[in-house]
Amino acid sequence: MDKFRMIFQFLQSNQESFMNGICGIMALASAQIYSAFDFNCPCLPHYNLAYGLGILLVPPFILFLLGFVMNNNVSMLAEEWRRPQGQRGKDPAVLRYMFCSMAQRAMIAPVVWVSVTLLDGKCITCAFCTSVSVETLGNTSHPGLPQEEMKRVLARIPCKEIYDGQELIANEVAVRYLRCISQALGWCFVLLMTTLAFLVRSLRPCFTQAAFLKSRYWSHYIDIERKLFDETCTEHARSFAKVCIQQFFEGMSTDLAAARCHPPRKATADAGEATEKLLGITDQGTMNTALKSWHRCKPALHLHPPALPSGNGWMGEEQSHTHSPVPRREVAAYYSGV
Amino acid sequence: MDRFRLIFQYFQSNSESVMNGICGLLALASVKMYTCFEFSCPCLLQYNMAYGLGIMFVPPVALFLCGLILNRQSLVMLEEWRRPRGRRKKDVAVIRYMCSSIIQRAMVAPVAWIIVTLLDGKCLICAFSGSVDPDKFVGFANTSPVQVQQLLAKVPCKDDELMRNNTSRKAVSRYLRCWSQALGWSILLIIIVAAFLARWLRPCFNQATLLQARHWSNYIDIEQKIFEETCCEHSRLFAHKCILHFFESMRREIKLHSFSLPREGEKDEGEEDLLRGITDQDQVNKLLKMWYYEKPPLDISQATRR
Repeated sequence: MDKFRMIFQFLQSNQESFMNGICGIMALASAQIYSAFDFNCPCLPHYNLAYGLGILLVPPFILFLLGFVMNNNVSMLAEEWRRPQGQRGKDPAVLRYMFCSMAQRAMIAPVVWVSVTLLDGKCITCAFCTSVSVETLGNTSHPGLPQEEMKRVLARIPCKEIYDGQELIANEVAVRYLRCISQALGWCFVLLMTTLAFLVRSLRPCFTQAAFLKSRYWSHYIDIERKLFDETCTEHARSFAKVCIQQFFEGMSTDLAAARCHPPRKATADAGEATEKLLGITDQGTMNTALKSWHRCKPALHLHPPALPSGNGWMGEEQSHTHSPVPRREVAAYYSGV
Repeated sequence: MDRFRLIFQYFQSNSESVMNGICGLLALASVKMYTCFEFSCPCLLQYNMAYGLGIMFVPPVALFLCGLILNRQSLVMLEEWRRPRGRRKKDVAVIRYMCSSIIQRAMVAPVAWIIVTLLDGKCLICAFSGSVDPDKFVGFANTSPVQVQQLLAKVPCKDDELMRNNTSRKAVSRYLRCWSQALGWSILLIIIVAAFLARWLRPCFNQATLLQARHWSNYIDIEQKIFEETCCEHSRLFAHKCILHFFESMRREIKLHSFSLPREGEKDEGEEDLLRGITDQDQVNKLLKMWYYEKPPLDISQATRR
């Protein structure tokens, strides 16, 4: 037990490192997905741009949404945002803190995808091969081609096997040029992102440290409170179920005994624990009736105190646990002023 | 159990070793990134130098910033630097010590990248192939200046049609790679000698101040960790009390409004306690609805006073 408490404490106090770990795993997963992905440029003038930019921009968006979905705290944020005010004020700073920390973590996998894509170069080569400047890179001795024909030839640059414009512009030259641009863009993007992350992280202690400590404490509090409430409800449900089922069996055996005109058998002092656990059901017929009754009509979700008699003449299929209506109405009529 | 406690304590007291570990991992990651990266020199006169030097210097800057971001101590240092004075003096020596140790650790990955780049040679060949003196190499000596520049720019690309069978290309390439590796090894030697001297000569200067600075920087780090843990523990207890108080209030409401007979319970006390007086589907629904619509105030002074 102590061990679990220690691990719980470690994870709780290091909740941030736990989230960071998940974040790192998603980043590695996105790099792995890219390397496993089989990139196939269509090599047609009007489709290249759409395909290239699509592969560059659509998966990051999906990864961003996935980052939010996989974060357990999203439902907590939504709950805190939408709850009625009641007796507890809502602090927008706490909501902002929760949203920002989630968004920051969800951004990492998309940034990794875009960086890896740009550094690899295939997407940009595919998307912008028709915009390569033939005057600077191509063979100047070649006579000019009409615009459409030129585009068709240039569109085939990424597909070496079917490229037929070697005299116009050498395939390697164009690919090298485009890949160089792509890699330069990629490294600039990486530098920009790390600079942004550095600024966000280092400017915070300089300006808003006190507010930050407050928001962090209360966001942890909301999380812990929700977990503890769920635990308490689970414990309560367990006890409720236990008592409900016990009362069902007891009621069953009492009613059966009443129907057969036998007095309910009182447990003798020396009967032992096993007899008590039998709950008064000691023959096959009774057990079968009990099981059928459990399936056909489950008892009401209402535990009655043990002092009140509950025999309402169960015969056959009717359930035996309806309380006399008066107290029930009382209970149902109150509205809480808590 | 004891082992967990030991490991926990180790991590708590030795954040320096954790930082060293992260620093080493980042250096390995930078070498791995370089090997995975597909270097492709554009082999065009105007772009070669920019590309070559860019690949040599831009990733180290990004790695340096990464090293600062991943280091927990940089936040601690910033907080200590910017905090209001209050009742605790600020010691500049401590802040300086923390700053220098953070920067030293963050420099390891960029230096690893630069050295690996130089020892590999591709970057320098790409950047400076156009600046080589063509008269030194037989194949390029007798061509016009404009053409020779174009040819030299294509030296890094082995598979280019002009360069495929050119022996002078190999000569230029070897020449530049030799310079690049010499530079790489020299830088490595200088850094190691500097680190060795710094480490060895340090006890000769200001050892006492150094010990103090190290102790107090460790202290600040541990103090912050323990403060965060205490806050977590406190919020857990706070939540526990708040929820119990909420259930108690519900139980009181129910007792107030229901007229059921007092129980002469033979039920064991454990079950009663856990049920907290809520024994009906309606009551449970009411409780859950109340929890959503009107969360209790964050005030358990009543509960703790009892």
